[in-house]
Amino acid sequence: MSNINVRFRLNAREVEAQTDPRMHVIDFLRKNFELSSPRVGCEHGVCGACTLRVDGDIVRGCLMLAVQLEGTSVETMEGLNVSGEISDLQQAFHERNATQCGFCTVGMLMASQDWLSKAKTCSRSAIREHLSGNYCRCTGYEAIVDAVYKVAIARGISSVKEEV
Amino acid sequence: MNAPIKALEQKSIEQRPWIGASVPRPNARRLVEGAAVYIDDIRLPKMLHICFVRSQYAHALIKSIDTQAASKANGVVAIYTGADLMKRVQPMVATLAHFKGMKAAAQHCLAVDRVCWQGEPMVAIVANSRHEAEDAAQLVIVDYEELPVVTDMETALDENAYVIHPELGTNLCFERVVTTDTYDDVSAKADFIVERTFRFPRHTGVCLEGRSVIGDFSAPDGRLTVYISHQAPHMIQDCYARLLSLTESAVRVICRDVGGSYGIKTHVYGDELATCAISMDLGRPVKFVADRAESFVSDIHSRDHRVLMRMAVNKDGAIKGISFDDRLAIGPYSVYPRTSVVEGNQIVNITGQWYQHESYHANMTNVYTNMAVYSNYRAVGHPVAVGITEGIVDVAARTIGMDPIEFRRKNLLRDNNFPCVTPSGMKFEGMSHEKCLDKIIGLMDLEKLRKEQIELRKKKIYRGIGVISMIEITNPSAMFYGVGGARISAQDGCTIRMEPSGSIVVLNGTGEQGQGTETVFAQIAADAVGVHMSNVKVVGGDTDATPYGGGTWASRAAGVGGEATLQAGLALRENILKLAAVVLETKAELLDIRNGNVFDRLTGQERTTLADLGRIAYFRPDTLGAFQAELCVTRHFVPKDYPFTFTNGSIACHLEVDVETGFIKLLKFWVVEDCGTILNEQLVDEQIRGALVQGIGPTLYEQCLYDERGQMLNGNMADYIVPFPAEMPDIIIGHVCTPTKSSQLGAKGAGEAGTAGAPAAILNALNDALTPFNVELFDMPFTPEKVLRSLGRI
Repeated sequence: MSNINVRFRLNAREVEAQTDPRMHVIDFLRKNFELSSPRVGCEHGVCGACTLRVDGDIVRGCLMLAVQLEGTSVETMEGLNVSGEISDLQQAFHERNATQCGFCTVGMLMASQDWLSKAKTCSRSAIREHLSGNYCRCTGYEAIVDAVYKVAIARGISSVKEEV
Repeated sequence: MNAPIKALEQKSIEQRPWIGASVPRPNARRLVEGAAVYIDDIRLPKMLHICFVRSQYAHALIKSIDTQAASKANGVVAIYTGADLMKRVQPMVATLAHFKGMKAAAQHCLAVDRVCWQGEPMVAIVANSRHEAEDAAQLVIVDYEELPVVTDMETALDENAYVIHPELGTNLCFERVVTTDTYDDVSAKADFIVERTFRFPRHTGVCLEGRSVIGDFSAPDGRLTVYISHQAPHMIQDCYARLLSLTESAVRVICRDVGGSYGIKTHVYGDELATCAISMDLGRPVKFVADRAESFVSDIHSRDHRVLMRMAVNKDGAIKGISFDDRLAIGPYSVYPRTSVVEGNQIVNITGQWYQHESYHANMTNVYTNMAVYSNYRAVGHPVAVGITEGIVDVAARTIGMDPIEFRRKNLLRDNNFPCVTPSGMKFEGMSHEKCLDKIIGLMDLEKLRKEQIELRKKKIYRGIGVISMIEITNPSAMFYGVGGARISAQDGCTIRMEPSGSIVVLNGTGEQGQGTETVFAQIAADAVGVHMSNVKVVGGDTDATPYGGGTWASRAAGVGGEATLQAGLALRENILKLAAVVLETKAELLDIRNGNVFDRLTGQERTTLADLGRIAYFRPDTLGAFQAELCVTRHFVPKDYPFTFTNGSIACHLEVDVETGFIKLLKFWVVEDCGTILNEQLVDEQIRGALVQGIGPTLYEQCLYDERGQMLNGNMADYIVPFPAEMPDIIIGHVCTPTKSSQLGAKGAGEAGTAGAPAAILNALNDALTPFNVELFDMPFTPEKVLRSLGRI
């Protein structure tokens, strides 16, 4: 099948590239734009390592085709590093050692920021629930929950008492 | 030990600001920015990509392979079969001399004439992109003739069983008996014999980054550079050199960021080796990255045990004897070079050895099967050894009507009774079972939990509490592999040099995959030399750059690599002080280094800086007369006093069983760990938490399911269930500190204890919760279905 032209915004820049219609977003971004932060973990939508933002929503890059990016705005960690949008969250992950091998980390940060940007109240169980589409084999998750919780409080999200 | 000890002891606590501090990992900043470099991020000029055609059958003859159509597909550069690579790659036979009587068949990097498991690599398609290689792989036509399949370990050794490798004459890989020869006698004298059959499922590592490698052969240099996602760079250098008929120095191994490893990446895999052989043939870089589907059937699997466990106890609670029979199903080959029998071997060595007992009889049988290859995975053997010990201890306590904590207190090795040699022959240097048990009971407030448990049962809420004691093998000496002939270093080396600016570069052969080893090396070096940690740069993961080292396995990095770092740092400090003495025209012993400055030891007055000494040593050595400064030193360390340095600890689990649905909700865990000197408490705690959750996985969820034809039924992440955040509990951690005297640093390992102990803690908590129903479960994973069946609800 012949290639298809895709135009979209990538980390605040207008870009354009040809893609094989079957290519998923992660392979496309890695191959055509030499981005490395979107990671390929399972390629069937379970592990969440490929989580990135399309038009402000987090999506699994492995479950979306590159051609679907036409006209959208895509944000990866490369873009967030420049904008500084989650520098507090990155700092918290670093200080709390909420990353070990690091392979899940970008997806975790993306999913965490999604929760932080929408949460009205904050609890550890709500954080765990929201991150339940992201797999981490190294940390056992507690450090990640701690880091997100700390940022939530620092950003002024009020905590609620947990059921024991 | 000698002089270096004094040097460290002379320093006060204020002068050791880094060892023990919970500093964040300097090398983790790139991880949180998504800037880590895993194998798939490395793009080399003219690089090609591989897709392997893998066997669809668990056991079959390969009658023919037709690659004609595939070779004409878009982007295909070359195709190799097993036969094509036989000339270039030596077959692998993984036996070790100290495993007497062990039998293993030769394994080719790609199957030749016959496939022995579903997923075995057969054909390598080399193309300009992975996509094109995958397309072409679809066009390869393999004509198979199916052979009988061995999947049941219970019948694999029967007289009429089909033998997978006729040249071995049996499906028995290895068996070993460890016995004090008196079990039957002692059993006869004990008041009770308790006996249960335990099952531990076959499971696997599910590293988020699949196994991956780039072979980059330069024909003019005659040199192979291997970029690989691996835990043991020097082992890969040695194995690849020999298997590819190169000299050692012709192989450079580079391990950059590794996206999860846990023992999965300590082995030689045929597909990775073939990738490098193909690079040599083509003279171009070739990349292979395992995708999720192929990871499930080609990464090593582990566990898969059926154990009949018995304990002889007296009415007063005294353990008299321990006996068990462990049968485990490994795959069709012994995995090179560590073999596939270390798991079982650990179990017969350590089971029950933290309890006082007189007689011991352990038997284990490793059986070949047509399932995925099998070898060492995090906490090798320990989940089984701890699981059967602690499981049977609770059964024994219930049987004689004794509180399980009291039963442990009566039988655990006493803290003041070390060193000792156990009935199985293990040598223990120093442990703290009593202290750990006391501490965990305090941490968890056991009394309160017991009261709450009774109250809640009245409301038909069934909670359970499991408390276990355990040991873990760490810091292994050459007794682990070297004595058996495996060329895997138990020793680590570290080179430390001072740069002209006074900053410190640490080159360590141990490596890191996210545990924080480079961080603790920097902490150790900072204190040993006397500089701020920000002035220490650690380099690892490159056989061209670092001294020879063993890598990360058996929780050895901090204890062994860390001690090498300490000794190198102290030696550099001595050399810097000698230089300072010449420059300042005084005596070295009158000087000390703190935070990059040289002080007068008596007056505390600052005399000079490392930066100034560096300038003089490197650029004005003409001013030093006959003195030659040596600001680059190397030291090695290998544990010698004991074959292994054992850690110990306690783990407790609190859970709730929904008797209507069979679901088990984990409420909380507590861990008290004694890993000796703590180098960085936060990093130790996160090793414990991560390992513990990895132990929860196969206890409740994870299992590689096979049918009778040897087909893996759940080789994807939707059907093979791993722990996700919502189901995981918080984990409270405490420490007891008994430093090992076999090194100056005193650090023991901390990377695997959680994985080792979690299954036992859950098993005991579950059976405690089920007490009112008078049922017990010993068959992991404890799925809702098994819970409901035990309750007779389905």
